Amino acid sequence: MKLTRTLVASAAVTSLVLVGCSTDTPDDPEASVTATEDAATETTSEMATETTSEMASESAGASETSTEGAGDSEFFVQADYDRQLAQRDIAPEGDDATPWLQAIEPEMADTSEFAADGDGQTLCFSNASISNPWRVTGWITMQQQVQVYEEQGIIGDFQVADAGDDDNKQISDIQSFIDSGDCNALIISPSTTATLTPAVEAACDSGIPVIVFDRGVNTDCMVTFIHPIGGYAYGADGAEFLVDNLEPGSTVLALRILPGVDVLEHRWGAAQQIFGDSELEVLGNEFTGGDAAQIKDIVTQYLQRGPVDGIWMDAGDGAVAAIEAYEDLGMDYPVFVGEDEMSFLRKWDETGMTAIAPVYSNFQWRTPIEAAVRIWNGEEVPSEWVLPQVPIEEDQLQEFLELNSEMPSLHYAKFGGEDLPGYPDAWTDR
Amino acid sequence: MSSLRERSGAAAGLLNRLTSGTATIFALLVVVLVVITILNPTFARPASLMAFLRAAAPLVVLAIGQYLVIVSGEFDLSVGALVGAQVVFAAKMIDGDPSRTWPVLAAMLVLGAVVGLVNGLITTLLKVPSFITTLGMLLVLFGAVRLWTGGAPTGALADNFRTWGRGGIDMPVLRQLPWALVIAVVIAIAVGLLMRAPWGRTLVATGDNDTAASFAGVRVWRVRTVAFVLSGVLATVAAILIGGFAGVTAQVGDGLEFVAITAVVLGGVVLGGGRGSMIAAIAGALAYQAIERLFTQLALPSTARPTLQGIIIIAAVAWAAREGSRGPGAANTPAPDASADPAPA
Repeated sequence: MKLTRTLVASAAVTSLVLVGCSTDTPDDPEASVTATEDAATETTSEMATETTSEMASESAGASETSTEGAGDSEFFVQADYDRQLAQRDIAPEGDDATPWLQAIEPEMADTSEFAADGDGQTLCFSNASISNPWRVTGWITMQQQVQVYEEQGIIGDFQVADAGDDDNKQISDIQSFIDSGDCNALIISPSTTATLTPAVEAACDSGIPVIVFDRGVNTDCMVTFIHPIGGYAYGADGAEFLVDNLEPGSTVLALRILPGVDVLEHRWGAAQQIFGDSELEVLGNEFTGGDAAQIKDIVTQYLQRGPVDGIWMDAGDGAVAAIEAYEDLGMDYPVFVGEDEMSFLRKWDETGMTAIAPVYSNFQWRTPIEAAVRIWNGEEVPSEWVLPQVPIEEDQLQEFLELNSEMPSLHYAKFGGEDLPGYPDAWTDR
Repeated sequence: MSSLRERSGAAAGLLNRLTSGTATIFALLVVVLVVITILNPTFARPASLMAFLRAAAPLVVLAIGQYLVIVSGEFDLSVGALVGAQVVFAAKMIDGDPSRTWPVLAAMLVLGAVVGLVNGLITTLLKVPSFITTLGMLLVLFGAVRLWTGGAPTGALADNFRTWGRGGIDMPVLRQLPWALVIAVVIAIAVGLLMRAPWGRTLVATGDNDTAASFAGVRVWRVRTVAFVLSGVLATVAAILIGGFAGVTAQVGDGLEFVAITAVVLGGVVLGGGRGSMIAAIAGALAYQAIERLFTQLALPSTARPTLQGIIIIAAVAWAAREGSRGPGAANTPAPDASADPAPA
């Protein structure tokens, strides 16, 4: 009896260990599916809310295709990868001084049917959440942009519903905007792609102009879909920098927030492609939940095992903690991929390390407001409004540090609100 | 007559279970540490061990606090959110100015004690189950931080604040004795003495059977409230160590309550109270950290780790329970009788 129980228990453990080991090859499609599922179930609910939103906040573009083409890996789509990498080299149309109005290869859509006469329009905004610093920064910028048009009298009322990362709440938010009949335009920042698609379609059917930005949805019914180039370009910027700045044979550690979120998987997918074609050795990819203590602990462990010459991160949260792990062990700084978050930029400047800050353009939060005003004027807008997404490199570091010298550490350098009313207090007093 | 006999049998079984549960966790800890060392001999170097203990210290402190509450028959689910709130509070208040560190540290300890007091009084006097009280407190703290910071913590911790979690005493061999370890050891000794003092025995008795304890003259509400206050204060200490170790992020403290409860249960402390030792709870915390290290050493895919971690934890607790049920007499069965007895009396 006792023996049987022990045997059954150890058999179960062994089989699970074997399952665990069989997921070792990230390239194997089946294995990666199992692995993702495992991890998805494990994440505690809180952690999931916090970090999903964090990651999901910074969204990938071109989701129409990305969610469908599950060829090789669940998330990686070669065509999107190729397109995004190419888009990095295309000069955007428009003035460089106002990147939030620029567009890469825009196809203009006619909006004359939505032309509205008179001022005092009601603008509605269904927001996924403001649950992470990136979204908070963008949300402030958006409000200041609205203020500009309120002062001009163009926007009479700005109605906002915050879904707090809850798909169901956002669906009902959108429905109540439609039912109220007050909105002259509806801006939607979807919390997830597939689930929000019907709600966005319903909004389109109601006849009001719909503007989607950040994460996408699986429809093109909206007047315009605004987003920066996307996750593949983000991941590739950092990975290419490591390949260019490290000797062949060097070791790289990848720090990731959590698995299964498409935007993050795109960043990592692009990095994997580039590392795969290089002579760098990827020591591991670790999930940290964006928690600084975990990041520091994991980096410390890797450093105790052997040298780590480069660090790639799928988001810059907690980058400083990773750098401190080197400091506390008295080691030389690695070549580092961070983000345009001020705490990282300041640490980069202090240490003089070799680094790059990939950018998921925060200024995109201004664009939907500009788009709404153009639509009311009957002006054309790009049907897919691809904003530039340019990383911060060493030669621009000082410029961005000075521009943002008063900003708090969890602020994003490319927030693009320097010319708005309330600058800088609106962003410093948050 | 027979009831008396059963009780002494229960006591022996309890003792047996207690020791075997404790033995399991120490065995697990040793096995994990040995495996890590075999895989990577550099782990046994003093400097590496110190780094391990530095990272484990906040969890040890949290586990001690959680042990006090669990052994008294309650839960404290608010500790993770409290850690997060305290770190964010400290960063905002200190804002990089070293002269504010000491007043802010004092304010944090008071805040931690107040949160614990509220948890304790609501649980004991208003008779709200602690699971609900502290879950509510978790949400209150989480929401308050969100409301206050809008989701993005501001400010910075001064270096003299961070030194408690990050710095240490430089010395030969160890390279550096982390302050975090010193603090954890001091707390462990203090709480260990407290548990041997009359208050500690009362606390365990309360967790075992609060009705019996109150008949014996224990003011149950006061004993439990103090346990909650201590948990709040120790969570604050953990916040000081965690904030010091890694600085401020929006995610700090997430999910720590479950890690702390897991550590305590791994140590053989019985949910529902009344049995378990603090040392074993500490060993549980260290084992939890060590298992995470082991996975990194094995270079297991990070996606598979939580599953294995879950299996190891369940297996360890099941093993400890199995050892206990083999004890002299059917130690398991009389125990509930013994606790149910006094109720009708």
